Amino acid sequence: MGDANDNKLSAKHLDVLKEIGNIGLGNAATSLAQMLDKRIDMQVPETKFVSMEEAMNVIGGLEETVACVTLRIEGDIPGQILFVFKHESALNLSDMLMGMEKGTTKQLDEMGESVVKEIANVLTGSFLNAIGTMTQLNMVPTVPMFALDMLGAVLSTSLIAGGYIEENILMIETALFEEHDHIKGHFFLITEEESLSKLFEALGLTMN
Amino acid sequence: MQPAKALKEIQVGIADYKVAVSPNKIITLGLGSCVGIALYDPMTKVGGLLHIMLPDSTQFKNVTKPAKFADLGIPQMIRELERKGALKNRLQAKLAGGAQMFSGMDDKFVLNIGQRNTENTRKILKTMGIKTLAEEVGGNRGRTMILNLENGIVTIRTIGSPLKEI
Repeated sequence: MGDANDNKLSAKHLDVLKEIGNIGLGNAATSLAQMLDKRIDMQVPETKFVSMEEAMNVIGGLEETVACVTLRIEGDIPGQILFVFKHESALNLSDMLMGMEKGTTKQLDEMGESVVKEIANVLTGSFLNAIGTMTQLNMVPTVPMFALDMLGAVLSTSLIAGGYIEENILMIETALFEEHDHIKGHFFLITEEESLSKLFEALGLTMN
Repeated sequence: MQPAKALKEIQVGIADYKVAVSPNKIITLGLGSCVGIALYDPMTKVGGLLHIMLPDSTQFKNVTKPAKFADLGIPQMIRELERKGALKNRLQAKLAGGAQMFSGMDDKFVLNIGQRNTENTRKILKTMGIKTLAEEVGGNRGRTMILNLENGIVTIRTIGSPLKEI
């Protein structure tokens, strides 16, 4: 299980990451609110080292149907971003963005898939922009990958395919809520300790 | 949907395995690109279920969990099955998983990991002289796998399809 003792990062470093996550995600939530013309609330992000199983348990049951979009980040802070929406949230999201009445979309077809991917693209862009502006670091997202299936299958596969197979992954996690709770989405930024040295450097902190 | 559960299902997490004896059931949830490997000795009704993530441990420096890898997990589970009374040459294998869950255009995203997991699992079982009776692999759906130790039947659960027995 996630043993935090080996980590070089102090509580101070984790606080900084939490704050970075807060700023980036705040920006992303604002973009989503503008896209949907709704109020979007955000949980205070959690930043911690977890095992793959712990990361999966954050969202819900392993057999629950979810829509997941994942993008890798290339550049100064290599990592992976995951958006996970419960099935119904993904359907509602598709309805809202296409200006249809809630409940219209019953199945996430190709169009619905594009909508969810596009939302992930926009949110990732605002998230990375906020951090890039603050740190002057270069981060480029790759094209989004999509899956709709059992949470366990989707999350494990995305982490394995992205190369995150260790027992100890750094996770910045939050949930976004639409004002009437029709949409609930989870955001994860997964990275390795080594990838963060440039980030801390840019913020005037050392790793040790 | 689900039959009444008189017995507890023993759950296997990712990169782990469990060994038990009839009348128990062993279950692993949400296999995507991972492969679930059920091994069963019909004489002693001892069986095990392994949930591997990757095909080959030799590409990695730090191996902390052998059950993460097909090449280490399978022999390790077999040793435990033998300790519980199973005979290696009576073991029958059933496989599930190895799917390609994601669609998209990212070349560096390792899409064929499910296929590689399945292929290496088959190869290892063959090398060890273990017969594979049934497979439910590939495709693009996540799977839950339940091994019934009373009869060796494996039940596969997917979203949007009826239960399937192999």
